Amino acid sequence: MSNGTSKKTGLNRRTALKGMGAGALLATGALPGSLGFAQAQSSAPIKIGFQKHATGIGAAYGRWYDATTQAAVKRINDMGGINGRPVEIVIEDDGTDPKRGAEVIEKFANQHEVDVAFGTLFSHVVIGSAPRAGELKLPYFVVSEGHHVASGMLNRYTLQPGITDVKSQVQSMAPFVANNLGKKVTMIFPDFAFGHDHRDFFSAAIEAQGGEVVAKIAVPPAETSFTRYFPQIPRDTDVVYHVMVGPAVLTFVKELGEFFGPSRPEIFGFIDSLEAVDINSPGLEFLEGTYFWEGHPRHAQKDNSEYDTAYRAAVGVDDRGASVSDPKDVSTYAHMFGCWETLNVIKAGMETADYQGPADRAKLIEAVEAMTDMPHSLDHPQGAKLFNGKTHQVFGSQHISKVTDGTLTVEHTASIEDGMYEDEVDYTAQSF
Amino acid sequence: MTLNAKSATLHLSVLAALVALFFVLPPYHSGNLARIMVLAIYAMGYNILFGYTGLLSLGHAMFFAAGMYGFGLSVNLGGLPLPLAFLTGMACAAALAAVTGFLALRTSGVAFMIVTLMFAQTAYLVVLYFGTYTRGDEGFVIQSADRMIMGVDLTSEGARYVAALLLFSACFLTLARIIRSRFGRTLVAIRENEERARMLGYDTGAHKLKAMILSGLIAGVAGAAYAMLFGYVGATFATVQYSIFPLLWVLLGGAGTTIGPLLGVFFMFYLIDFSSSLTTAYMLVAGVVLVLLTMFAPQGLMGEMRKRVFAWLP
Repeated sequence: MSNGTSKKTGLNRRTALKGMGAGALLATGALPGSLGFAQAQSSAPIKIGFQKHATGIGAAYGRWYDATTQAAVKRINDMGGINGRPVEIVIEDDGTDPKRGAEVIEKFANQHEVDVAFGTLFSHVVIGSAPRAGELKLPYFVVSEGHHVASGMLNRYTLQPGITDVKSQVQSMAPFVANNLGKKVTMIFPDFAFGHDHRDFFSAAIEAQGGEVVAKIAVPPAETSFTRYFPQIPRDTDVVYHVMVGPAVLTFVKELGEFFGPSRPEIFGFIDSLEAVDINSPGLEFLEGTYFWEGHPRHAQKDNSEYDTAYRAAVGVDDRGASVSDPKDVSTYAHMFGCWETLNVIKAGMETADYQGPADRAKLIEAVEAMTDMPHSLDHPQGAKLFNGKTHQVFGSQHISKVTDGTLTVEHTASIEDGMYEDEVDYTAQSF
Repeated sequence: MTLNAKSATLHLSVLAALVALFFVLPPYHSGNLARIMVLAIYAMGYNILFGYTGLLSLGHAMFFAAGMYGFGLSVNLGGLPLPLAFLTGMACAAALAAVTGFLALRTSGVAFMIVTLMFAQTAYLVVLYFGTYTRGDEGFVIQSADRMIMGVDLTSEGARYVAALLLFSACFLTLARIIRSRFGRTLVAIRENEERARMLGYDTGAHKLKAMILSGLIAGVAGAAYAMLFGYVGATFATVQYSIFPLLWVLLGGAGTTIGPLLGVFFMFYLIDFSSSLTTAYMLVAGVVLVLLTMFAPQGLMGEMRKRVFAWLP
């Protein structure tokens, strides 16, 4: 196993430790990772650090990201692991906090000595953690859907091969909205970066389709009532585009319904608002007949692919996107496939690079960068993907579903090409 | 040994231990210690106001964030070299502290807590409002290439530790000296009995404002240092929880002691780090430990040491 660098560092430290007679530090368990790492053999597990949002605002996502991760790893191990070695997931809670996220990355690299880190969703945690991943030369596979990777903000060690980014998602929605729902759009979005991304990317995309955003209504974070914002919606609005997130979303929908009553414009939203929430929850009746973006359709469709069916069974999710053991426990289905697909990309990359240990991390990244087509399969149950090695970002199809009799029914599937855009960075030009 | 000699020995010993720890600790823990030193600077800044002057602020995150954004935006948007950007961050924090202090110090007690909290919330919303530049809640990265100072790459573990240690040492020794100065003793007098201090002829309002500015300035040093050494600037650091943290650290370590903030950050950091490896309910564990400490060591770790053993502790 080629792990010389880290091993050498550990020995130097220990030598110094002995020399300075600081045995007490060892007694407190200061060095368990280094000792274990020195004994790593080729049959030792491949360790993947899972940066989990176990607490904090991302906890609902974290729980389902965890369930999907465990299912994907079980499948990989049942198939013989990676390069003949079993995969072991090492979980650390980042508290959905960027400071703790960076600390977790350091813990993965220097204490658990994992081979790669993976799994982060919330953008601020990704952006707070990625610099440390780059400095520690730890491949960091995020499942965030943020545009931060493809924008060039991060570094060569950070990749997003399992889920599309918000720019791609928003851009691919515009043709359907303009051609089927209307060309005059009012946007209601949270007044922070996630909402601003939607505002900026969709405004450009709808203009390219001959439409226009007639009003942009930014709602401050921590707002609990929304009624006072609705009079700002122009009367000639064809479509209300909403992307509210957080616990207040139920209030938002309820108050929107009360404001419009039976005569409303078309309504289009991102399912992010209602991930882990039953679409038939009391107060959400107003959503009947409205449209949602879904990365991966929550409710099984009539023409469901065999891959999606098998994926649901493996993760333990029923046809309504809820836990098979508790129908009230609704999953974050539109996003969590990203964990499954990312782990399969890591597996494929490690096998291509003949990955043996941390010394092969650069080879692993180059192997992933060389990937392009990812066909629809059980490795990629959401659909076919196209990976851009320069921007470290994957592109895929997107779904628009309509709430019909309480079920999210896919009305339109945007192609991979609908979501593609010009490269904004070439990470392959950066050195390792 | 005189009090000054004891104090000097203590402070230099702490710094010597921090130097030695870099060589004996494994990478994970030396990395943690670099972060702990930066956060301890923040706690030391808070301690000036809370521990020595007796003013409980719930808004110090705005000063930390002012230093962080002052530095980060100067580098990313202004293209300033690191030293100048760092000074800009410090200046932003000090200026914000001066304005906040000028207005908030018209109140006292609970009202002061509420006013500082509201100022901090406003600062947080300002960061979000100017999302075009600040990237709002997501924040932004300071690229590795921009984190070089006089040819030294601050992204390397060794350079980061040394930089954190130098900044910590500068603040630690400076504050230790200030505490023993006439100004520092006046702050303690204000904390103990403001009316009496005023009756003795001290301009307590001016002293409190100076303490506020000094406290904000040191918090800003910590914010700028965090951005410089860890490469990230984000609105999370302006949220209320980052105003609560220094209060907890100082209470834990010992309010009104020079070493307390460092010990408090160290204790809290490893309490969370260790308990999170045992259970997902690690915040509950942290909470229980904090309650127990408050019950049995109400003056914090160093406060209890001063009370029971070392009465001379500064």
